[in-house]
Amino acid sequence: MTDAPGGQGCDGYLPVLRRGVTFDLVYSQALDQRDAQPDEAVNAAFEARVAAEEKIEANDWMPEAYRKTLIRQISQHAHSEIIGMQPEGNWITRAPSLRRKAILLAKVQDEAGHGLYLYAAAETLGVSREELVDQLLQGTAKYSSIFNYPTLTWADMGAIGWLVDGAAIMNQIPLCRCSYGPYARAMVRICKEESFHQRQGFEIMVTLSRGTDAQKAMAQDALDRWWWPSLMMFGPHDSESTHSDTSMRWKIKRFSNDELRQKFVDVTVPQADFLGLTVPDPDLRYDETTGHYAFGEPDWSEFKAVLRGEGPCNAQRLAHRRRAHDDGAWVREAAEAHAAKKSR
Amino acid sequence: MSTENWPLWEVFLRSRNGLHHQHVGSVHAVDPEMAVANARDVYTRRGEGVSIWVVPSAAIVASDPADKGELFEPALDKIYRHPTFYEIPDGVANI
Repeated sequence: MTDAPGGQGCDGYLPVLRRGVTFDLVYSQALDQRDAQPDEAVNAAFEARVAAEEKIEANDWMPEAYRKTLIRQISQHAHSEIIGMQPEGNWITRAPSLRRKAILLAKVQDEAGHGLYLYAAAETLGVSREELVDQLLQGTAKYSSIFNYPTLTWADMGAIGWLVDGAAIMNQIPLCRCSYGPYARAMVRICKEESFHQRQGFEIMVTLSRGTDAQKAMAQDALDRWWWPSLMMFGPHDSESTHSDTSMRWKIKRFSNDELRQKFVDVTVPQADFLGLTVPDPDLRYDETTGHYAFGEPDWSEFKAVLRGEGPCNAQRLAHRRRAHDDGAWVREAAEAHAAKKSR
Repeated sequence: MSTENWPLWEVFLRSRNGLHHQHVGSVHAVDPEMAVANARDVYTRRGEGVSIWVVPSAAIVASDPADKGELFEPALDKIYRHPTFYEIPDGVANI
């Protein structure tokens, strides 16, 4: 051990460093802080940090509403990844070749991994994994409405990768710059992996659209069914979006729902043209003056119905998740029994 | 003078706001506070960090480098996990 600065020895040394320095165990503060009354100055300092593009970390002070918003958003995102394994998992055993099967399996594995990165990010905010999983199993937590649609043909694997993952990437890239550090870093990892998902989907669409008439028709049918639900993934119109303003100020959100939806349409329509497929929207046209595509209204009553639990697969998705959870109970019990035996 | 070895702590630094902590080395210290103090002095003399984590070295569980072949082999032949595996035809943008 070397001498402490100023030759004071250890006794004089530690208090110097302690001044203004906290030694909290990382993540423990999330729980302690809940009872604390928000102080005006502390709150103003937080807002200033966010405005200056500083990242907020797990043991930094944050307003309770910021914490709640993030827990809700990150856990919904995690649930979406977990439930999102089902529509594609449906086709693993029926993939048309070993190559496609290995790819699809790898993609579904990635979704599970993404769910886990996100649950871990949410847990840094002081919520437990068990609580979050319970909310999903009880049906009180939301997840992306898109996963409540059925996957009827192999072409749906193409359309999901191309459109659903394409829309997800559009949503997720700005989240890499989210003000909450652990979420932003999880998103960087996810976005890197997501690129393969979209490409494998587009490759399926290219193959089908260059195939027989029946294959081309299958690709068109998948586009017809997935186009509108994909546009709904960006959420309601800005004017109807309840959490938008605060989320924008807190830099959890960077672009509005309508901005991202427009961006998605602008990028995706030329890709559909390349495939020789028709986007199922009679109002779709390129507007020379704005440089953007004008497009029709999604059926918002359908969107709301799916969110209320009345989509074609809501009940099936949840029942399957509960069954998988229950079927896995013996594995969790065995792991705990094994650990207990080893520690004896 | 005590002859007992002081516990070893692994040091992780966040080099810039927003980045994750990265392992930089270790220090000896009698308790967590001293570990942070020593880590500051040893590893951040040139402003290398904005945040320090210290973890008791004894708490680190590591894989055995001798097992790295079989441990990581399953990932090696799955080249289709990389976006570059897929050929995107000319004329298709933004994918």
